[in-house]
Amino acid sequence: MMLFVAFIFYGQRIQMYIMIREVESRLARLKFIRDEGRKMAISTIKEIGKPQEDPTERVDRFLEYIAIAPESMDPAGVVWKLEHVLDVRDIRFKDEVRLMAPEADEAQLNNLENTLEAALALNIIYKVIRHFYLLGKKTLSLYIIMQLQMVLPLIMREAEAFASALKAFATGQPIGDGAGALVAAKLMHGHEKRRIAQDIVVATVPLEGRTAHVLKSEGPGGNVGKPGDGIRRIIEETEGKIAAIVMVDAALKLEGEKPGDVAEGVGVAIGGPGIDQFKIEESVLKYKIPVNAVIVKEDIGDAVSPMRKEIFDAADTVIQRIKRLILERTKAGDSVIIAGIGNTIGIGQ
Amino acid sequence: MTEKAESPAARTSFFYLAIILVTLILSVIALSLGVTALQGGDASAGSYALVGFIGLALSAYMLLQTQRRPSRVTFEMPQVITTILCQKCGFKNIRDFQRGDYVFKEAEPCPKCNEKMMIASIYREVKEKEKERLS
Repeated sequence: MMLFVAFIFYGQRIQMYIMIREVESRLARLKFIRDEGRKMAISTIKEIGKPQEDPTERVDRFLEYIAIAPESMDPAGVVWKLEHVLDVRDIRFKDEVRLMAPEADEAQLNNLENTLEAALALNIIYKVIRHFYLLGKKTLSLYIIMQLQMVLPLIMREAEAFASALKAFATGQPIGDGAGALVAAKLMHGHEKRRIAQDIVVATVPLEGRTAHVLKSEGPGGNVGKPGDGIRRIIEETEGKIAAIVMVDAALKLEGEKPGDVAEGVGVAIGGPGIDQFKIEESVLKYKIPVNAVIVKEDIGDAVSPMRKEIFDAADTVIQRIKRLILERTKAGDSVIIAGIGNTIGIGQ
Repeated sequence: MTEKAESPAARTSFFYLAIILVTLILSVIALSLGVTALQGGDASAGSYALVGFIGLALSAYMLLQTQRRPSRVTFEMPQVITTILCQKCGFKNIRDFQRGDYVFKEAEPCPKCNEKMMIASIYREVKEKEKERLS
């Protein structure tokens, strides 16, 4: 009877303590992952960059970096403002990494930058979760703790994904996000390449009687480049005489779908903050160029961890789809653009 | 990255131990009251016994939880495989990934035809733990 009465009055509090304990144990794991990420970033910098002094302090400073998004009350021109902020951030990151690892070459610098960015993401995840945990504990608010407990399984998945990404970035292994870059690399391999935009290379490849301008970010260092600028430049160079654009990218799958499944559609298949998508949409609209998308499905964990065999094998399926697509949608002698989007870490060309 | 760390959640507080002790004492009292009631032919013996057993089970469970080995977290890294292929004779060399490997990188000469080989693929194989029934 007493137990029953206790449950009536203290049931919610007991439930809250159980939830707090659960959040606490997950937070401990997050801290472990964050600390391991930091340690791995420091040891990789020491190993590759051979710095004169200990990079720990600089790494710790890097892990606290912030980038403030531009004001969007008047949204006209916000894309260019955002691009500028991200460019400045990118230059700052590269300079920092160069100072931390003076012996690293360009590809290694890109890989180290990616490693540090993954460590930074883990640090932010940990600190945000810790903030809400402490806030919930301080205010004894069931609703803060409950929301945290409900969302934590998804957050943990993301954190685990970044943890696998760290190792991949540190050693330069191809990641799932590079599915698009891999397709482009397979198509352009053995053909002459030229740099067309920042960290973007293009090759002119004969394909099924058409001229394909195949572009991807420059590998094997980890980078995504500016495919939006690359596509815009090719369209300008050809004065808009492009019969079709095919964009290949990795896309998040739904639960129940298999990793490495390939799907087709229309539209600009590209992730990120939206700057490249905006640029491509502007360019294709000017010349009314049809844009086709071919996506390789994978989950968030696969996207940032070493590439799965299923995703690697999907590249050949994608190439078959592209060939069929341009045969059906364009005429012999036409020019097409094939853009392999994604992080090209561990993938040459 | 295979280090292990102890989770702070596994520590046992004095407050927690006190709750277990109080529950245990109350359960024992309820059980003894149950036995006395049974001897006296009282109908409430069943209720006392029920409360006593539930309390005993609860405190035993809570005690077991405190004795559980601290949960350990590990960081497992997947095995990544590099396939080196000879374009001429098709000779394949499969080995673990090494730092510096990348797809389309020129590798050592082919042991069969002495032609330069190339890294054809780098991937990890995932063994599905459970069969997907709803695919």
